[in-house]
Amino acid sequence: MRRYHSAVWDEPLVMELGRPGRRGVVFEDAGPGATELVPAGLRREAAPALPELSEPEVLRHYLHLSQETLGMMGVSLFGTCTMKYNPRLAWELVARPEIAELHPDQDDETLQGLLELVHGLDLFLRGVSGMDQFVFQAGGGAHAAYTHAVITRAYHASRGELAQRDEIVTSIQAHPCNPATANAAGFKVVSLPLEENGYPSLEALKAAVSERTAALMINNPDDMGIYNPEIHKWVETVHDAGGLCFYDHANFNGVMGKLKARDLGFDACMYMLHKTFGAPKAGGGPAVGAYGCTEELARFLPAPVVVRDGDRYRLDHDRPDSIGKVREFFGNVPQLVYAYTWCRAMGAEGLDEASDVSVLLNNYMEKRLLEIRGVTKSHPHLTAPRMEMTRYSLGQVEEDTGVTVFDFQNRMADFGIDAFWLSHEPWVVPAPFTPEAGEMWSKEDVDEWIDVLAHVVEEAYTDPELVRSAPHNHAIAKLDATDLSDPANWATTYRAYLRKRAEAGGSDGGDATAGWAKVAP
Amino acid sequence: MTAHPYMPNSTPELHRELLDAIGAPDVESLFVQIPAEHRLQGGLDLPPALASEASLRRHLVGLLARNEDCERNLSFLGGGIWQHHVPAIVDEIARRSEFLTPVWGTPSSDLGRNQAWFEFASQLGELLALDFVGLPVYSWGCAEGHAIRMAARLTGRDQVLVPATISPERLAVIRTYCGSPELAGYIEVVLVDHDPETGGLDLNDLRTKLSPRTAAVLFENPGYLGTFEAAAAEIAALARANGSETIVGVDPISLGIVTPPGEYGADLVVGSIQPLGVHMSAGGGAGGFIASRDEERYAREYPTLNLSIGRTVNGEHGFGMALFEQTSYGSREEGNDWTGNSVYLHAVANAAYMALMGPEGFAEVGRLIIARAHEAARRLGELDGVRIRFPEGFFKEFVVDFSDTGRTVAEVNAGLRERGIFGGIDLSGYFPDLGQSALLCVTEVHAPEDLDRLVDALKEVLA
Repeated sequence: MRRYHSAVWDEPLVMELGRPGRRGVVFEDAGPGATELVPAGLRREAAPALPELSEPEVLRHYLHLSQETLGMMGVSLFGTCTMKYNPRLAWELVARPEIAELHPDQDDETLQGLLELVHGLDLFLRGVSGMDQFVFQAGGGAHAAYTHAVITRAYHASRGELAQRDEIVTSIQAHPCNPATANAAGFKVVSLPLEENGYPSLEALKAAVSERTAALMINNPDDMGIYNPEIHKWVETVHDAGGLCFYDHANFNGVMGKLKARDLGFDACMYMLHKTFGAPKAGGGPAVGAYGCTEELARFLPAPVVVRDGDRYRLDHDRPDSIGKVREFFGNVPQLVYAYTWCRAMGAEGLDEASDVSVLLNNYMEKRLLEIRGVTKSHPHLTAPRMEMTRYSLGQVEEDTGVTVFDFQNRMADFGIDAFWLSHEPWVVPAPFTPEAGEMWSKEDVDEWIDVLAHVVEEAYTDPELVRSAPHNHAIAKLDATDLSDPANWATTYRAYLRKRAEAGGSDGGDATAGWAKVAP
Repeated sequence: MTAHPYMPNSTPELHRELLDAIGAPDVESLFVQIPAEHRLQGGLDLPPALASEASLRRHLVGLLARNEDCERNLSFLGGGIWQHHVPAIVDEIARRSEFLTPVWGTPSSDLGRNQAWFEFASQLGELLALDFVGLPVYSWGCAEGHAIRMAARLTGRDQVLVPATISPERLAVIRTYCGSPELAGYIEVVLVDHDPETGGLDLNDLRTKLSPRTAAVLFENPGYLGTFEAAAAEIAALARANGSETIVGVDPISLGIVTPPGEYGADLVVGSIQPLGVHMSAGGGAGGFIASRDEERYAREYPTLNLSIGRTVNGEHGFGMALFEQTSYGSREEGNDWTGNSVYLHAVANAAYMALMGPEGFAEVGRLIIARAHEAARRLGELDGVRIRFPEGFFKEFVVDFSDTGRTVAEVNAGLRERGIFGGIDLSGYFPDLGQSALLCVTEVHAPEDLDRLVDALKEVLA
């Protein structure tokens, strides 16, 4: 095993650092009378209790915090999020003023390079999906799902059927953002259960759709690596009922260059540029949910849309049927530069190779992982090779040893392995975990990941307390059992913390890491 | 093909090694789950790859060279994205690979990032004088949309009062978040007129429109047209007496010199985090926050991820998720709105920015911005035919009315652009009552000689 230990700085909270009078940044003096320009009743009286630090102190504090962050310094195979290499060429370019110092309301003539890049990315994604138009306003995959729910409203409203069509159909295996955004947009959610073969039955779908169906929101393959071979019939069924079909392409990596959303009949799809297309994760954004749709739906897209007129590009704001906006401006531009850079570096052959490698490496992982004591996979009776992910279970290990998947996350991190993804709610297997190899990791990286898991399984059987009490090689130990959903305990700010620490009280509530581990940004 | 630099396994030898290990004849055999009729025929039609970084860089730098930016030009654009000074170390911190690459990690493995997030919320809480701050949302407009939905759930009511002068961008987002009348959960957006003298809310119109349906009164301080809401306390009192929540949008960079909104009765406070050390990036710098008093009633309605300080089994500081079960990750469609990727890297930049600024930095920058903006407005108002619509009580943005010059804003801005100046946002389309008016923004990045240049250029353009 590789020896790993995180940096330990015992770094105090920034609120506890500094000395009165120190300055980290100074500005020119405004001269007399500036404060009086604020209306009399609105002048701040008590200064904010911010720390007072010099510039080098602030730099070193946050460099220490960066060193206490594992990120992708080790091997990270976080399933459903498709860990990607983020081209540092783009990292260099987005810091230049020609990107960083652009204002979204500049005249189009001054944004020609950017607009050409955005249009180029649009064309690339059209080529990949078969859709007719992409927009980038949504700030993440969930936001793109929301965009679809809102476009669904506009589409049915334009036909006078919205009051009647108030249901959106999805499956229990869809990412939670699909039912959640459908609900937030005002729809009722119909979630189909899974059958023995790993996906809901066509019969269940037929029973669920009706004149009330507004749309289907579905991913394929799912997070278990199972591809629904009847998906084209699903699309037909929903279309026959008058609903729209949205392809949540969160799990696109295994099918890039292998199929197109449009060819399967979908009306719209979404790619996460911070997953499949090389933009950084950044701990949860800034991100982009690229939303593409057919010509029929394009008139409803959020404005503005980048369009080409001859050899010029412009932001088209004049779209009378548009839903309006899901967010200000036209997208997280630096992430578009990353994605465009990644797409142009890869090309069609590169995408094809990436999906080949993703599926190949996943099947290699599966073979090795299933040789480890106590590791099983969901739906073991399905013999066809899984796509780019497989859903595994450590249920047997937990039953034998009492060691949980949360303990595994913590212990594997002791070897520099970033926490694996478990599963969205609801869990269909006990103690689930879902690695995704993708194309950026070498075989040696993946072997190391598997070796660490095997090692921790061995530890679980021989010295379970060692695993349960992990991590041991990090800056801090695991969280205690304080219930952070008890108002007496939670403190999202230092102010609240100081007040509640004085009051004490509160309750303990199981494993405080459990809630943490269920987030997949 | 040549091995691709981003893909370590893209060699024939490694394909063979992996295939042999699993006993598969070829890669194609691994795709049998996908029916043949679903498969793409003939490959993708995409532009040729530029796998050589040198070629790709040349292509991209060529594209970037076709942009005109606000560094080489002199810009007075604001209205939701603003040009502020970004200290150099903020850039270094936000660009560190450790902060750039994490997907999520564990409370211990990504401790440093989690602590930076807590320091974001803590320092913002000091600026706002509020105890509960969620992790950021996509933008100011999205924060307003969520806050309105929170208020509707809290009160069981279905209307929100919003200033008619709110940013058209933010209003469009709010309308989206408020839903459709045909469906469940619809919230009606009712616009409140503004006082043409002050730019603030017309209190008579507000009183008329407050009703038992009013879930919330939303206003901004300063508002889109740059003016402070001097009647803030009175508006909040009217809302409270009506059983409505008060939602206030703020520009956090003003809070070194401006009263934090909780002190005049705001219940939910929202705003942009972009002024706090995030580059404009053509709108890619947008980010928003939601904050309130730390009362359970409000906390239970947040749609954000909420990071709490906690303890480890060894008694160290650690950070965990509070109120996780109310998110869509915990409860799918039963959760509050939805939760997903947001703009969390900006929170790291914000934390470093606020730590650099300290109380005196915020006071100093606030004084400088308000003084420079007023100086600019005063000088522009001296030009023939140019009128400042709300000449007092604004922060960094102000409305310049060119109607009496006989020129449209479009004409004025075209003339300025020829002189390397980006004029203010043209308001004439959205706010015809303001005539040929532009919204100009002046901040700490503008030097006195920049104002000279603007005045001189305008004299030429208007001559």
